[in-house]
Amino acid sequence: MPSHLEPRNDGDRSRMSFRRVRSLIRKEILQVIRDPSSIAIALVLPVFLILLFGYALSLDVREVPVALVLESPTPESNEVAGAFMLSDYFRVATVTSMKDATVLLRDRKVDGIVRLSRDFARDLASNQARVQMIVHGVDANRARIIEGYVRGALGSWVSRRAAGRGEASRGAVGIQSRMWFNEAVNSHYFLVPGLVVLIMTLTGALLTALVMAREWERGTIESLFVTPVRAGELLIGKTVPYFLLGMGGLLLTVGAGRYLFHVPLRGSLVLVVGVSMLYLMVALALGLLISSATRSQFVASQIALIATFLPALFLSGFIFDLAGVPTAVQAVSYLLPARYYVSALQTLFLAGNVWSIILTNSAAMLLMAVLLFSLTLRKTRKRLD
Amino acid sequence: MDALRRIMALIWKELLAILKDPRSRFTVLGPPLLQTLIFGYAATYDLNRVSYAVYDQDRSSASRQFLSELDGSGTFRRVATLHDQSRIRSLIDDKRVLLVIQIGPDFERRLLSGQPVDVQVIADGRNSNTAGTALNYVAAVAERFNEAWSRTHGGQPPPVQAVSRSWFNPNIETRWFMIPGLIGMLTLVQMVILTAMSVAREREQGTFDQLLVTPLRPLEIMVGKSVPSILIGLIQTTLVLCVALFWFKIPFQGSFWTLYLGVLVFLIAAVGVGLMISSVAATMQQALLGSFLTIMPFALLSGLSTPIANMPREVQVITLANPLRHAISIVHRVFLEGAPLQDIASDLWPLTCIAFVTLSVAVWMFRHRLS
Repeated sequence: MPSHLEPRNDGDRSRMSFRRVRSLIRKEILQVIRDPSSIAIALVLPVFLILLFGYALSLDVREVPVALVLESPTPESNEVAGAFMLSDYFRVATVTSMKDATVLLRDRKVDGIVRLSRDFARDLASNQARVQMIVHGVDANRARIIEGYVRGALGSWVSRRAAGRGEASRGAVGIQSRMWFNEAVNSHYFLVPGLVVLIMTLTGALLTALVMAREWERGTIESLFVTPVRAGELLIGKTVPYFLLGMGGLLLTVGAGRYLFHVPLRGSLVLVVGVSMLYLMVALALGLLISSATRSQFVASQIALIATFLPALFLSGFIFDLAGVPTAVQAVSYLLPARYYVSALQTLFLAGNVWSIILTNSAAMLLMAVLLFSLTLRKTRKRLD
Repeated sequence: MDALRRIMALIWKELLAILKDPRSRFTVLGPPLLQTLIFGYAATYDLNRVSYAVYDQDRSSASRQFLSELDGSGTFRRVATLHDQSRIRSLIDDKRVLLVIQIGPDFERRLLSGQPVDVQVIADGRNSNTAGTALNYVAAVAERFNEAWSRTHGGQPPPVQAVSRSWFNPNIETRWFMIPGLIGMLTLVQMVILTAMSVAREREQGTFDQLLVTPLRPLEIMVGKSVPSILIGLIQTTLVLCVALFWFKIPFQGSFWTLYLGVLVFLIAAVGVGLMISSVAATMQQALLGSFLTIMPFALLSGLSTPIANMPREVQVITLANPLRHAISIVHRVFLEGAPLQDIASDLWPLTCIAFVTLSVAVWMFRHRLS
């Protein structure tokens, strides 16, 4: 238990009592058991979410539907068409006019058009062939990937053709790339650790967002105040049961990532559990703070949602890389705990124990946990005086 | 007539309950504005800063020309110049660079003798999508270099050139995709939770029973609970829309009437989902859990963060029941493609079905619980 939670001695000689803390924990556990929605939040929600999203989310583009416009079939254009049809990356619909192709694109039956014009064979003979390509640009990331695929398919056809005709190769620079940590370029590798973060953010904040507000709303906190219970003891009592529940959920999601989705765990499991414990403390403390600051379940639930879910989705580096974001927005992202956990977890899963990253991110999370708990303590203590 | 008066009174009371509390007033109007601005900048797959290190073993004029092409692109930032391979590992591990570019010792010699030569690029694959985008950028730089080289050294141009164009989003900016999508995303999140929690609160505080002893019928109570949420949703939509139009200056191609019609049907569906949750939940904690359990799948399976086309076929079918998927599709089609009403019909009728089903379940549950 973090010792910083221990309240200072405000002229009161009573020390933190383990007996009181224990009975508070027992009370909280009873409450959890009576309304099992907390257990559902901690254990059922994470498993449900990681299964659903682990299977569903992917940024790996395969079998792109494209319309191939063959304006006049020649051996050369048929050869190009064959290259597209044999590729796993495309699902080709062949049409003969640009008009048909644009109808398909407008109706979103295809995501792109590749056009081999009437003069393709003739132009190819004089090294001046142009292949026109149109992509549906609304989903920009996908559009750019598709554009890359089409260029790649054309490029490899050109070099195969040159090799087949025994032509001398040209002096040109090619790119030989290696993707470290994820050689097979499987987007699950970074989406699954990110999902663990998203799920822990939710369960952490959800578990505690309402607990203090509920006591205020129902007036039961007044009854707690007339007992010798101190604010710090109350907070520990509110944290421990949910911490244990949250850790249960965490182990389930990490296990699912490792054994169901086969994301390699290259760092040590002890460190994964360690940074996760830190993050869970931050998430629970955030929930407690929102709860004690608002003292209203209605407002607390809205703030919890706004402060946790969407930022963890958009502003944590989970899917969208933060390197290219404007400085002001980056500054905001440094205020969000999810950012540190994403960085630490992705590194631990894929790269291994890189101490420089793990230590800095852990330090940031520790600082946040301390800060949030002391703020909560202050918010709770105010009424005690 | 009497019913209408009763409903109006209830709507007024609901609006007061939400807007009277200054904190709750802020959570209704402040976040959509702030979030659109922040996420509008953050939620992008485009890279405008790629940090890299270079290990140039050739140090020839050709390799320098290649590197200056890279530095001149405006996207690449050289963080380190290496003299051996020993630091590559730690630079990548510590996330100091995204790419390490290695140029072999025979770079210029091979180019001059008309042979192909490879530049080796190592990418930090911890986020494979970002790494893939960065590698594509390097490939584009290589293509430009090759063109320049063959022009100055009398080589042959490539026999086939691909000329590409992008419809509806000429510069292929993720922002054009994300920000209109936020209209649906942000309003859904708040609509569901607002409706679900407001009923759950009355339940928990016992005021719901008081409502029931008034002459209001269950159906009238439902209407009274829905209309204020829908009004707030419309205000939020307008806020996000204004940010998209006037701050990010994304060109609006369609008709506002069509857009608002689609949004209205979507809001009714979202409120239906919220009411359905609240009709099942007994406490606010349960209502909050229920809201999350629906909002998260709706948000992640909406096609905004990862494309629906990439999902397994069964999941793609499931997403048809997701109101957010249809809302985002409507907004994209009207906003960016300028689709007329008949083109968004394919998304409107599923939304109508969702609204009908959720609202019927909610009414039935409320009645059922009463008896």
